Amino acid sequence: MSNDNSKQSVDFNNFPNESGHFGQYGGRFVSETLISALDDLTEMYERLKSDPEFQREFDHDLAYFVGRPSPLYFAKRWSEKVGGANIYLKREDLNHTGAHKVNNTIGQALLAKHSGKTRVIAETGAGQHGVATATIAARLGMECYVYMGAEDVKRQAINVYRMKLLGAEVIPVTSGSKTLKDAMNEAMRDWVTNVDNTFYIIGTVAGPHPYPKLVRDFQCIIGREAREQSFEMIGKLPDALVACVGGGSNAIGLFHPFLEDEAVAMYGVEAGGDGLETGRHAAPLNEGIPGVLHGNRTYLMEDDDGQIIETHSVSAGLDYPGVGPEHSWLKDLGRVQYVAINDQEALAAFRNLTRVEGIIPALESSHAIAYAEKLAKELGPGKNIVVNLSGRGDKDIHTVAEIDGITV
Amino acid sequence: MNRITQCLQTLKESNRKALVTYIVNGDPVPQATLKTMHALVEKGADIIELGVPFSDPMAEGPSIQRGHERALEHKTSLRNTLEVVRAFRETDSKTPVVLMGYTNPVERMGAETFATLAKDAGVDGLLTVDLPPEEAPNLIERLKSAELENIFLLAPTTSDERAEKVISMASGFLYYVSLKGVTGAGHLNVDEVNARISRLREQTSLPICVGFGIKDGESAKSVGQKADGVVVGSVLVSKMGDLADQPADVIAEQTAELISPIRAALDEL
Repeated sequence: MSNDNSKQSVDFNNFPNESGHFGQYGGRFVSETLISALDDLTEMYERLKSDPEFQREFDHDLAYFVGRPSPLYFAKRWSEKVGGANIYLKREDLNHTGAHKVNNTIGQALLAKHSGKTRVIAETGAGQHGVATATIAARLGMECYVYMGAEDVKRQAINVYRMKLLGAEVIPVTSGSKTLKDAMNEAMRDWVTNVDNTFYIIGTVAGPHPYPKLVRDFQCIIGREAREQSFEMIGKLPDALVACVGGGSNAIGLFHPFLEDEAVAMYGVEAGGDGLETGRHAAPLNEGIPGVLHGNRTYLMEDDDGQIIETHSVSAGLDYPGVGPEHSWLKDLGRVQYVAINDQEALAAFRNLTRVEGIIPALESSHAIAYAEKLAKELGPGKNIVVNLSGRGDKDIHTVAEIDGITV
Repeated sequence: MNRITQCLQTLKESNRKALVTYIVNGDPVPQATLKTMHALVEKGADIIELGVPFSDPMAEGPSIQRGHERALEHKTSLRNTLEVVRAFRETDSKTPVVLMGYTNPVERMGAETFATLAKDAGVDGLLTVDLPPEEAPNLIERLKSAELENIFLLAPTTSDERAEKVISMASGFLYYVSLKGVTGAGHLNVDEVNARISRLREQTSLPICVGFGIKDGESAKSVGQKADGVVVGSVLVSKMGDLADQPADVIAEQTAELISPIRAALDEL
């Protein structure tokens, strides 16, 4: 499938198809009760997408509530230190609430408002999507419940408290591995029970159709801006894009508007955890196989019996056994290269960027930063790389301090 | 004729309702499953639904979630589930067995392999909770060729138009989900369920069994007035969890005991 002909013949804007598939990936693997809600959501989204009033509302919120456009920043000192290509950072860390997640929650909260539903639910891993959802729910006066794995509630106490301050109820999930995947199971169970009055705001480009599509569309603002900014700052397209991939929403948001620019290489960076060779990681595109979880078919981390296995990453936001179905498709097409960065490399990049540029990146984004360092050396001077700095690292200070043996 | 169709037809002819019982393979310990299956049949179960353990049982309430977790502690897989059915068939060639689970273990095994092995083991049908028929054309075909029934769910939120489509791909029986919620939920509305069953009767001649939220003789009886059968699961799985420390014989016996009043209530209809 990854020959040159197939690359050229794909019209990326025509996917997913009407049934929500990207090739063999995506689709709708949910219990029957949710099908009608997904049909309604699809119908409403298709209608509102082309409604200028809805688009105006969305753009207005992105400009005045989030603070978009986010800058494309030339990391001069860091580029010089690495000694290769010029590295530019797409500063999603400067968004309100501190990450790219809010682009999507605003879009979905507007859909919720139009649907007349008064209660929103969300799943969260690191807590960034939960915070972004609680934020927009507070602004729109909606009831908000956030499901979070009990393990993550412990790891991310500050975000839990932020959500509570914003008026959301955080529900610790104690089933299964007590992390993001179990939080998503529990959110699905809530949705199936309260489907009449509840809008489920999914945080990444996974889940059943139409979520992978609509989350992507809302996040594409990242790539559209980056494309324009590249022309303004360097007078041409960048040579390569780099973004971390957990579920993959920041990556698809950056990549998608460039997919048809064949000269632009793309690298999705998965969490290598203790190292791919140890099996303790969260890199389904590197090491997994296609399967079905959380409403879609995609690459998964699973055992020979088809049971989903536990993942490992220093970054809670990448600690997920699946990935958005569009990434699985882009992998098979060969359009995007998926690589892995392990915990140690990500931590080194975290410290490096902080000291050299005065920017503390999220541990998730640090995976992209670490890979960009390697790539910059490989590509050499005169080339240009755009890295999605998807979130800021304030939330990770405790994790890093703990690794350093310091109690904050 | 497939055992499921045969069983439901015989019951109908004698004006009786089907009691479908659900337990999870390997829960709470592997040696309890086969014994409990036989004990349930002895106490009046007509169809055994055997849950295939999955790491992420999205549609289950807390009771059955814990059942899956207990089962997975013993590494019970889909392959192992098929072996249990094979062992069950050594002494029971009559009671239909439906496997109920999630897509991924079946997908991992492969539709063709699954259909062949399941048929060979003595399975009669498959119900995959997270697999709407439109995502399953290949599996439906494979099961059909192996003469296994494709059992699909219908829900209160399923439109009449969609029900038509699902029915056209279903066989064996239709599983009507009595409420918006997960298994074992407590807000069953009998009038709504009965009204929907009446409407479904105009769309299909397939038998209709109702599940989710049926926990005792009373709820079974009220739903059984219109339905061809009822599915009882969470109360049994919950009991098996409570009995986890007991010998397998005790688990089987005390769990099966729970269905006696349900059987009696259905037989009053």
